[in-house]
Amino acid sequence: MKTPPILQHLYQQMVLIRLIEEELFQAVNDGRLTGSTHLCIGQEAVPVGACAALGEDDPVIATYRGHGWALARGVPPEQLVGEIFGRDSELNGGRGGSAYLSAPQYGFYGENSIVGAGVPMALGLAIACARIHSDRMPLVSIGDGAMNQGNVHESLNMASVLNLPMIIVVENNGYVEMTPSDELTAVPAARRAEAYRIAAHEVDGNDPEAVRQVVSDARSEALATSRPVLVEAHTRRLGGHYSGDAQRYRPAGELEAWKLTDPLVQARQKLSDDVAALCEAGAAAALVATVAFAEQMPLPDPAEVMSHVFAG
Amino acid sequence: MSSRDELIDLTYIRAVNLALDESLASDERVLVYGEDVAIPNGPFGATKGLHAKYGDRVFDTPISESAMIGAALGAAMGGMRPVVEIMYADFLLVAMDQIVNQIANSRYVSAGRLGAPLVIRTQQGSTPGSCAQHSQSLESMFAQVPGLRIAVPATPQDSYAILRDAVLVDDPVMIFESRRLYPVKGSVQMGAGQGRMGQANLVRSGTDVTVVAWGTALQWSMEAAEQLAAEGISCEVLDLRWISPWDQAAVLASAARTGHLAVVHEANRVGGFGAEIVSTALEELGSQIRGAIRIGSWPVPMPSSPTLSAAVLPTKDRIVKGIQSLIKENKG
Repeated sequence: MKTPPILQHLYQQMVLIRLIEEELFQAVNDGRLTGSTHLCIGQEAVPVGACAALGEDDPVIATYRGHGWALARGVPPEQLVGEIFGRDSELNGGRGGSAYLSAPQYGFYGENSIVGAGVPMALGLAIACARIHSDRMPLVSIGDGAMNQGNVHESLNMASVLNLPMIIVVENNGYVEMTPSDELTAVPAARRAEAYRIAAHEVDGNDPEAVRQVVSDARSEALATSRPVLVEAHTRRLGGHYSGDAQRYRPAGELEAWKLTDPLVQARQKLSDDVAALCEAGAAAALVATVAFAEQMPLPDPAEVMSHVFAG
Repeated sequence: MSSRDELIDLTYIRAVNLALDESLASDERVLVYGEDVAIPNGPFGATKGLHAKYGDRVFDTPISESAMIGAALGAAMGGMRPVVEIMYADFLLVAMDQIVNQIANSRYVSAGRLGAPLVIRTQQGSTPGSCAQHSQSLESMFAQVPGLRIAVPATPQDSYAILRDAVLVDDPVMIFESRRLYPVKGSVQMGAGQGRMGQANLVRSGTDVTVVAWGTALQWSMEAAEQLAAEGISCEVLDLRWISPWDQAAVLASAARTGHLAVVHEANRVGGFGAEIVSTALEELGSQIRGAIRIGSWPVPMPSSPTLSAAVLPTKDRIVKGIQSLIKENKG
């Protein structure tokens, strides 16, 4: 079987994200990691596919379920894990943590723990990009639940009337925190975007190549038309809303059914066994090195806790 | 463009207009936007003529305060210097998440890798006949949040100088202007670098009591000081200008000298910033201070009828009475 080289690359990234997320889950359970964490297990194809379509300096904003986005944008895994472990990482020195880390030096303008709040910020990045670097444009990822936040709608309307190129990726993972999306959503995201004259495209969010293609087209469309474009990626969250979520709300058999469309399982079927095994071995080795590095990273200095409130 | 040593007479609102004009002229990264600020020239005239002069760097937005203020953060992260106008301070509450959770946190939580060099201009306070949703004084609500610089200018000089310098600093600055003071005239020294970030201004020297005020309460305090002087009570009046960070050194030095402290603000007295200043003075000065009071609006929503709102605001007569009892009860 001949393997497309791009899929091989995307697969290895997805496997590493999966392994890191599983390691974090384990670390919460055995007490090595304090606090809760929001994992993207099952959704890896969205950030991996989308980031593969972006320009080198396109700014990305994600949500608290953003480890995959940070890693796909190129944030070093050992720095990300160190930050999550509360260490003095090169990212935010332990001030950001799992749900609020950022690394603008890699084009990652941050996670956000307020649902939908990244969209107004991306709107502003679009204003700046359009004026300073017309070949760049921001991408903001939100969940389907964020489509019910007022600031998202304010921003969609404003991006439309100001003709700002930007991509809004809606990761529809089936659940609004702990309630099925369908029960809380009157009209799907794509149709709401159209109400603001924003072009909208839907994609199988469990297929990294499809996501890459749709986001790549959306980027070209946004730049060519000077308009925002929304992409709704249909995916499945294969875990809880947060690490301690027992998921008692899930109907019997649902998780097993959803696992059949796991993006890693599907991608692996398109690869030869040799290539897949090579990717998996590479990711496993990277995980070991990542955790070892993060665990020996120094803790932040409490004497510095008052610094960085103001610039001066 | 005016030169630094030029002193000109301006209204408070015209001084704001000039500061915006000069900021736009001196830095290509400066953007000015808000509701009705471009083609309509601004609801209060702060942006008059700027769209004609600077084109699409001055633009109108939908009535979407959360998107406007969040966009200021994104634009600032992307290298711009946005100045957003929020028509009434009451409308800031629509965008509370972007101010408190996003803008104020950005520098600290990123360990300085991100920042929010932006200005939010608004105006606040009661004027006769305005309703409860167009009358609040909200500065203390934001002063509790670390990471925001907050100014409440009381004079044309400061409405100009504070804004001019706010655009230059790398931190988010909220400026609470006063609609009541917009037509007031005063002489203004032109030029950047006079905002005296975080510094109070001594506007009247005295020996018996330190009066700390800002915004509209400064004029009321000056009127009270004049009347008290005739009764033999000598007031030292400080215009605090910045309430975050605020000039503790100047306030404490003056209060230690006079032995009495009265803090006056238009905002609700309950939980107002006066409580913070009085507490700090009591903690820091010990026996050097004999008494300290807060004078602010009574804790009710601002009523619309001028007859009623006049009974709520801390104007001259209430300040005079408050200071008289402070001195009488704490003679030492």
